[in-house]
Amino acid sequence: MSAIDNVVLSADTSHQPLTTTLFVLVVLATLAITVWAGRQTKTATDYYAGGRSFTGVQNGFAVAGDYMSAASFLGISGAIALTGYDGFLYSIGFLVAWLVALLLVAELLRNSGRYTMADQLAFRMRQRPVRTAASVSTVVVSIFYLLAQMVGAGALVSLLLAVEGDAAKNLTIVAVGALMIFYVTVGGMKGTTWVQIVKAVLLMSGTILITVLVLAKFNFNISDMLGGAAENSGAGQAFLEPGLKYGVDTTAKIDFLSLGLALVLGTAGLPHILIRFYTVPTAKQARSSVLWAISLIGSFYLMTLVLGFGAAALLSDGAYGQVADSDGNLASPLLAEEVGGGPGSNGGAILLALIAAVAFATILAVVAGLTLTSASSVAHDIYANVIRRGKATERDEVQVARGAAIAIGAVAILLAIPAQDLNIAFLVALAFAVAASANVPALLYNLFWKRFNTRGALWSIYGGLSSAVILVFFSPVVSGKVDPATGENLALFPASVDFQWFPLENPGIVSIPLGFLFGFIGTITARDRTAEEKYDELEVRALTGAGAEKAVSH
Amino acid sequence: MVEQTTTQQHETYERIHASEDFAELRRRYRGFAFPMTVAFMVWYLLYVLASSWANDFMATQVVGNINVALVFGLLQFVSTFLIAWLYARHANQKLDPISDRLRAEYDSEVSR
Repeated sequence: MSAIDNVVLSADTSHQPLTTTLFVLVVLATLAITVWAGRQTKTATDYYAGGRSFTGVQNGFAVAGDYMSAASFLGISGAIALTGYDGFLYSIGFLVAWLVALLLVAELLRNSGRYTMADQLAFRMRQRPVRTAASVSTVVVSIFYLLAQMVGAGALVSLLLAVEGDAAKNLTIVAVGALMIFYVTVGGMKGTTWVQIVKAVLLMSGTILITVLVLAKFNFNISDMLGGAAENSGAGQAFLEPGLKYGVDTTAKIDFLSLGLALVLGTAGLPHILIRFYTVPTAKQARSSVLWAISLIGSFYLMTLVLGFGAAALLSDGAYGQVADSDGNLASPLLAEEVGGGPGSNGGAILLALIAAVAFATILAVVAGLTLTSASSVAHDIYANVIRRGKATERDEVQVARGAAIAIGAVAILLAIPAQDLNIAFLVALAFAVAASANVPALLYNLFWKRFNTRGALWSIYGGLSSAVILVFFSPVVSGKVDPATGENLALFPASVDFQWFPLENPGIVSIPLGFLFGFIGTITARDRTAEEKYDELEVRALTGAGAEKAVSH
Repeated sequence: MVEQTTTQQHETYERIHASEDFAELRRRYRGFAFPMTVAFMVWYLLYVLASSWANDFMATQVVGNINVALVFGLLQFVSTFLIAWLYARHANQKLDPISDRLRAEYDSEVSR
C-alpha cells in the first residue's frame, strides 16, 4: 500500500495520444455495459444482487476484479521492484485470506443473507441496532478504501496520461467519481459486476502478456532474472531476502506481523467482497466463485513477482529512478514499455498505453464496487429496515440506494480532493484492520456460536471498529512520523503536531483480539432466548440452503 | 430475515435440525473446515514469523538465486491452491449430497 501522491513524471510523452484513446475506449465500453445492464434492472434483487443470476465463473472473475485494486496491480509490483522480497509478503496475506472466505464464510453467508452484510446478523438479532452497527461498519470500511482509491486515481491517471498539475488531478478525481456514480446508479449490481468482469479479463491478459515477455528476456530462467534484479537494484542478495523494508527493528517486525494478521483475516470481512456472494443462485455457485477467484488472484500475484523482479532487473537507471519517484507505481507501466522495445519504440508505446489503460479500468471497477456496497447498506439497512421498519416498497428502497450512491460519490470526491496532499496510504491497511476487528468476529460468532446475541454483535462491531480507529489515530501514521534520513513529514498531521503514543502503524494485533473479546463479553453478559432459538434455523439454512433467497427469473 | 418465518417453516427447520442427517452434515462440515483453518493459519503465521525473525534460514540458497524465502513463499501459494481443491472435493462428495436431500425435504414440506 504504497503512497501514490506527489509524483512528478517527466517521461517521454510519445505514448500519450494512444493512451488517451485507450482510456476513452475503456470509458465507452464500461458506459455501454452499464446502460445495457440498467435496462435489465427492475427489482430490488436485480439492483442489489444482479438478480442472483451470475454463474460461479462470472462471479469469480467479478470477485477478482473487485479485489485486485490498483494498489495490488501497480503497488505490489512496484514494492517488489523497490524493496525486493518484502513487496511479495503482501501478496501472500492477500491470497491466503481467501481460504477464510472459502471455508468459513462464502457459502454460509450466501444461504443466510439477502443483500447486505447486516442481513446475516439480522436473521436472529434485534433488527434495528444490529443493522445500524453493521451499516456503520460497512460505510466506514468502504469509505476508507474508496478514499485511498480515489486519491490514488488522481495521481495515477495524471501520471499515466503524463499530465501535470493540481487542476489535472482534481479533474481526474471528479471524472472518476462521476463515472462510478453513473455505473452504480444506472447499472446497479449487474452493471458493476460486468465492469468488474471486463476489468479482470483485461488485467489478467495484460499481466500474462508482460510476464511472458519479461520471462522470455531471461529465456524463462527465473534464477537469472532474480540474479539480475539483485545486481541491478544495488542491494545484492539482500534484495531477494525478507527484511529490506520490514526488518529494521523489533517494532517494525511486530508491525509487519500485525499487518499480516489484518490482511489474512480482513478479506473475509470486507463488505464489498461479502455482497458479491449474493449475486449467484446457490451456495454451490458461491463456492465455485471463490475457487475461481483464488485461481485468478493466486496466478495474478505470482505474475506480479515476475513484474516486480523483472522491473528491477531490466529497467535502466533512469527508469528505475522514475519508479522510485513514483513510490513504485510506475514499475509495471515502464516495464511494459521496456519489454515492448524500449522508450521511443512503437512496441514500447503500445504496451505502455495498454498497461495504463488496464490500470485505469482497475481503478474504475474497484471504486464502483465500493460505492455500490455503501449505497446498498444505507438503503437496505438504514432506510428500509431502521427508519421505515421494513415497510418501504422495493421501488422506494432502490430509489434511496441510487440517491445514496450519488451522495456517497459526492462525499468521496469532496474528501479526496483535499486528501491528495495528505499521507493517506494507511487507509487501505486500516480498512482491512477494521474489517478483521469488527466484521469478522461478528460474522464468525453469529455463524458458529449459538449463545451469541444482539449485545455481543454490537460490542464486537463497535468495539472492534473503535479499537482499530482509535489505535491508528494515536499511531505514527497520523502524527509524529518523519523520515529519519530526509526529515520529511510522513504522517497525516503536520510535523509540528505529535500526539502519537501507539508504536505500531497497523493496529490488527491488538484490535482483532479486542473485537473478539468485546463480542465475547457482550454475549455472556446478556441473555437473548430468541437469538438462541433462531440459531437452529440459521444453522439449517446456512448449511443446507433450505429457504435461502432464490435467483430472479426474468 | 425481515419476514418472520411461518409456523410451518419453523417446524420444518426444527425437525431438520434435530435429524440424524443434519447432525452428520454439520459434523462433516466442521470436521473439515475447523482443523483446516487452524492448519493454514498456523502455516501462514509460521511464514510471517520466519520472514521477520529467521533471516539466516530464509536467506539459505536452494538452487542458483532461489532461496528458502522464495520457496517458502511459493509453498504458501501451493498450500492455498491445495486446500481450496481439497475443500471443493470434500464439499462435492461429502456435503452436497446431504444438503441437497435436506433442502429438497424442506421445499416439499414447506410448499405443501
